[in-house]
Amino acid sequence: MIAGLSYPYTEEQVRALKAGDAVRITGLIHTGRDKFHKWFADGKPVGVDFKNGALFHCGPVVVREEGEWRVKAAGPTTSVRENPYEADFIAASGVRVVIGKGGMDARTLAAMKKHGCIYIQAVGGAAAVAAHSVKRVEGVDFLEEFGAAEACWHFSVENFAGVVAMDAHGVSLFDQVAAVAHKRLHGLIGK
Amino acid sequence: MREDALIKLIRDTSTSLPDDVEKALRRAARKESRGSSARVVLDTILENIALARGGATPLCQDTGTLAFYVDAASRRKIPPARIKAAVAAATGKGWLRKNCIDPVSGVSYDDNCAPGAPVIHYEEGLGRGVVRLIMKGGGSENMSRQYSLPDETLGAGRDLEGVRRCVLDAVEKTLGYGCAPGILGVCIGGDRATAYEVAKRQLFRPLDDSSPDAQLAKLERRILKEANSLGIGPMGLGGKTTLLGVKIAGRPRVPASFFVTVAYMCWACRRREAKIV
Repeated sequence: MIAGLSYPYTEEQVRALKAGDAVRITGLIHTGRDKFHKWFADGKPVGVDFKNGALFHCGPVVVREEGEWRVKAAGPTTSVRENPYEADFIAASGVRVVIGKGGMDARTLAAMKKHGCIYIQAVGGAAAVAAHSVKRVEGVDFLEEFGAAEACWHFSVENFAGVVAMDAHGVSLFDQVAAVAHKRLHGLIGK
Repeated sequence: MREDALIKLIRDTSTSLPDDVEKALRRAARKESRGSSARVVLDTILENIALARGGATPLCQDTGTLAFYVDAASRRKIPPARIKAAVAAATGKGWLRKNCIDPVSGVSYDDNCAPGAPVIHYEEGLGRGVVRLIMKGGGSENMSRQYSLPDETLGAGRDLEGVRRCVLDAVEKTLGYGCAPGILGVCIGGDRATAYEVAKRQLFRPLDDSSPDAQLAKLERRILKEANSLGIGPMGLGGKTTLLGVKIAGRPRVPASFFVTVAYMCWACRRREAKIV
């Protein structure tokens, strides 16, 4: 069973999902990674309204062809680097969906539970699939300031694939897997 | 003409996963039940492989550090300038991301060429005109590690059991962060710098081979099986396949040092060889 998630991403939609659910996202998503988060943390305006929106940790390959932006590759980047900023960003922006890879820390998980937000694990490395689901580039912010890989791109996506890895009820699949792996390693090497 | 063959090598490496890796991913997918996170992830990976190959788009947006290994006897035919021209051309075509940043100024080298980039090794014994390329992304490179034995916290002494403990610890620490299921290149011994290079070179080995050293071959099989019992699974969401392969080599060490070096490669193991004539 694969759940659909459509823009605007409401608190109700997001709270209905549980860690482990496979999802397909359709609608608007915005990319933002290291420079974007630093910019936000410095108290500067982030450009677009993230209320009921989605933030994608991604540094895409985008080229200009025949006067239009075309996305060649758009897989997720590692999310842990944004741990220092994400809880505050969730609280301030009202973002409902964070997409990335590898998961985020306990503070972010708590903010997701409090404000109604989920973390979706996109498939790391699956840049062609992700690019394929981007139907249109709606615009871009901070292209000059951050460069193409770090700019805030606005994508319209269809059936963007992922798995809910941290839900809005305080459950993280990563934490569960890490606990199991740790226990089994102990069994193998006795440490 | 020569530029074309090199550009083709770069394009194919970036857009087409080697057969042995794809087959291993297919086998991994068959082991997972439908609807599980692991199966969803592996099916997406397989779909991605087909899409990238069909559309000649990069498998992964992080097109990595480019490391070329070139037949030394062919250096005059394939000089660094020629390789750099091919890298710049492939970048212009969108087969490589603008992925090369000056560490001091933070400025991007938009054609992926700079002093030291791409990495080029000329070496003996590859065969006339042979060029090998490996593209290793940052997500996996950040997960590579080096241990120094003895390691008290792991109960790891200076023997193969100690090596086993280090490598399993590396797998557990990496979880899904390196884009599992991954492949490990391991070097026992050597100095720190050489060991990282030797560990990385093991990633060129086909997945179905094993070390010519019987003890190391046995250790490779054992670690692969044990790592896959940890339950980390594709992208760290849980599952049966955490690693696709373990490749171990050794290098002489000085009496005072005993390093165990682990090079982690993501599932998008982009390696390829071509004969440039």
